[in-house]
Parts: sequence; C-alpha cells; structure tokens
Amino acid sequence: MAQAPELKLVPTPGQTIGPFYGYALPFAKDNELVNQAHPNSVRLHGVVYDGKGEVIPDALLEIWQADEAGNIVSEQGSLVRDGYTFTGWGRTAVDNIGHYTFTTVNPGATEEGKAPFIMLTVFARGLLNRLFTRIYLPEDTAALANDPLLASLSETERKTLIATREADGSLRLDIHLQGEEETVFLSYPRES
Amino acid sequence: MSTNNKTLDPAATTASQEDISAEISSIHEDYRQQVLTGNKAETQPRVDFAPYRSSLLRHPTKNLHHTDPETIELYSPAFGQRDVHALESDLTIQHNGEPIGERIVVSGRVLDGDGRPVAGQLVEVWQANAAGRYVHKRDQHPAPIDPNFTGVGRAITGANGEYSFTTIKPAPYPWKNHHNAWRPAHIHFSLFGTDFTQRMITQMYFPGDPLFALDPIYQSITDQEARDRLVATYDHSITSHEWATGYNWDIVLTGSNRTWMEEEEGEH
Repeated sequence: MAQAPELKLVPTPGQTIGPFYGYALPFAKDNELVNQAHPNSVRLHGVVYDGKGEVIPDALLEIWQADEAGNIVSEQGSLVRDGYTFTGWGRTAVDNIGHYTFTTVNPGATEEGKAPFIMLTVFARGLLNRLFTRIYLPEDTAALANDPLLASLSETERKTLIATREADGSLRLDIHLQGEEETVFLSYPRES
Repeated sequence: MSTNNKTLDPAATTASQEDISAEISSIHEDYRQQVLTGNKAETQPRVDFAPYRSSLLRHPTKNLHHTDPETIELYSPAFGQRDVHALESDLTIQHNGEPIGERIVVSGRVLDGDGRPVAGQLVEVWQANAAGRYVHKRDQHPAPIDPNFTGVGRAITGANGEYSFTTIKPAPYPWKNHHNAWRPAHIHFSLFGTDFTQRMITQMYFPGDPLFALDPIYQSITDQEARDRLVATYDHSITSHEWATGYNWDIVLTGSNRTWMEEEEGEH
C-alpha cells in the first residue's frame, strides 16, 4: 500500500453528540433500511456498554452497508423511507436499556471472496469523538480467515467484530466502549 | 437502572469549577511540553479527558486500530432534495410565530482535507433556544421553552459545499458535570463527506465566549489552534440590513481515501 497523500487543510475537531440529540437526529423509520415485511429482512441488534459493564442509554448508532448482492448504492431518500428504496444507511438511538435494533438485509460480498461487513459509527454522551468499527457476518469462514483487518487482530479482539447469528436469523453484536471486552475501534488514513 | 445523569456520573456536582479548571490546566501544560519536545500537534479532542466526567467510562483505552479502508468505507450515503426541503434550513419559520431572541445567519462551506468542496451532502444542526433551553424531555433547566422555536435544522450543501442556516443565537446553559458548570453557547453540527470515514459530529461556538476556558468539553481539544477551528467568525458581509447578524464557519472533514486508492489501483 502506497503512502496516503498529505492533507492540504487541517480537519475540524469533533465534539460529543451530548445528551440532547433525541429531538433532532432520530426520524421516522430511521433504523429500517428495509421494511420488516421484506422477505429477506434481518434484525441486527445488540447492547452498548460502558467500562463498568453498565448499559449506555444515550448513544446513537449509524450503519452503512452494501445491498444483498454486494452493490454499494447511491440512492437518496434515507430520511423519507418510502419502504421501497434501499439506501444502505440507517440510524438509531439506543433505548433506555442501551439496546439498539436495525432492520436490514445481509450485505453481500463487495468483491468475490471478500468477507461482508457493515460499517458502524458510534456517538454517545460522554464520548468526545465518534468511533468507527465493522460488523462482520459470521458465515463465510474462509473469507473471514483471509480478511486483512481480522488477520491483524488477536482472537479476543476478532470476536468483538464478528456478529453472532441467532436462531431466528438475527445478527447480534454488543458494543463495549471500554473494558475487558472492549470493541476494536478503527482509524483510517488521512485523518490529520 | 436509572437514566438520571447524576446517577450515571457519581462524580458529578462534587467537584468545583476550580478543581476542573486545575485538571484542565495540568493536562494542557503536559501537552505543551510534549509539543516542545517535538510531538505532533493534536487536531482532535482527546476521548480520554477526565475533567469531562462522563467520558471516564465511555472512552476506549486501547489505541484505535489503523486499517486501510475497503469497499463500503470508501463511499458515503447519498442525500439530496428528496430528503431535505429547502425551508428546513430556516429555524425561525417552523411555527406560527417568531421565536424570541437574536436572529442570526450562520453560513459557510463544507470542505474535505484536500480543500475540495463537499457538494450535495447532508448537514444537520440542533441547539438550545435564546434562554438556554433544549426542546428535550431530559433537559430540566428551569428556563422557558419557546413555543416558536424547536432548534432543529437541515440543509443539503450546494455545488461549492456551501450551507446557510437562519436561526436564533443560543444561550449558555448549566449542566451537571461539576458544581456551577455552564456550557458556552453552541450549535451542534452533524456532517457527512464523500467517504463514510469522514462522518463527524461537532459543536460550533461563538467568538469571545467567556465560558471557553471553563468548559471541559471545549477544552478536551488540547491545542489552541485546533480549538479555534470550532469558533465561528462574525462576518458583516453575512449580516443583513435591519434583519439578522451573520457568522461564518467553514468545516473541514478528514481526507477522502477513494481517489488516491483508486489511482493506485489503476497503476497495477
């Protein structure tokens, strides 16, 4: 991999989302990338925890993913949710017990042999800047074994990024901002 | 299990402003010494910043894991006129009457780290009213709610990355981080780029706010030049005759990785 080019401008600092986003950022069906009635709809859910293992009741999560065929879409309409247009993006505020739910589809592999994953962004009161991570689907074990990010992690760390498939087909992944099971959070080139 | 802020932050309200200010000074002094010995200047807030008590259990203790972005991470969701009506950028016309307070216009551009405008992308804002009160059920500050002001706006950036919001200048408000804690007046901004790795949420402040030095959220950015990037500039060319005062604030996202990675791909 070549060296990323230097930035020309210095990025603006982030700040916490604070406690009062609840009347501003959520919108109707914000967490429904597809309708629950969609034949292949999948529930993606989990709980967000702090460093003491307490649930965080004031976090906001966003996901961004390819469609079932692995296509990265470029469709407007996330904020109006007509129930027909797949935009690949969703947002949800966790509930009072730190639980989040998205209704989506399993993303397909964007390239042959690549492990499909969903990109996740975490915002919370008390969290001074957003965090990025990935939610991998558990099924394609050969692709997971060849994934460059997963290969660079310990077994304990790897587990924090791979969702569990539940009996009803749901995907489950808990997020730990801190602690023994701390989720692996990511940085990318050209952040400063 | 309670969602009360005091319960979540047992340290809250016990510390004085002097305690918090001393902690901030100490962290900033350590930072200045590190820069003097050749460390790179910091440009983002620290997620581990104890003077902001709620951050204690909510920051990762391990370093972020550096990874090269792949596929979905090189793209961003698309927003446009389908999502946002042009009138949503005027926060003063959402109700039957005029909101109370100082009418202002906040305008600027969204750029990426290469200086390129981020065009046709979503900007969301939210803020307290002119009395320092949010329309949020958990805001218990005994200041009046303004029935003519919700404090939420959206816009889609123009071809040059430009945005403009008409609103009311928000007031400072008290919070429970420590005894007699007050936030400087601010507007929350939520931004998207051309890659989802550029996603950010931040706060815009107003020039000369006397609460800057006291605020552990603003001061979680240890570098003065970086802190200054969150402060809008009064701009008389945005101010309009007998109508509203104007502020300019440009926002710079991190660098896109799509272009250079695609170019490199093409060289193989």
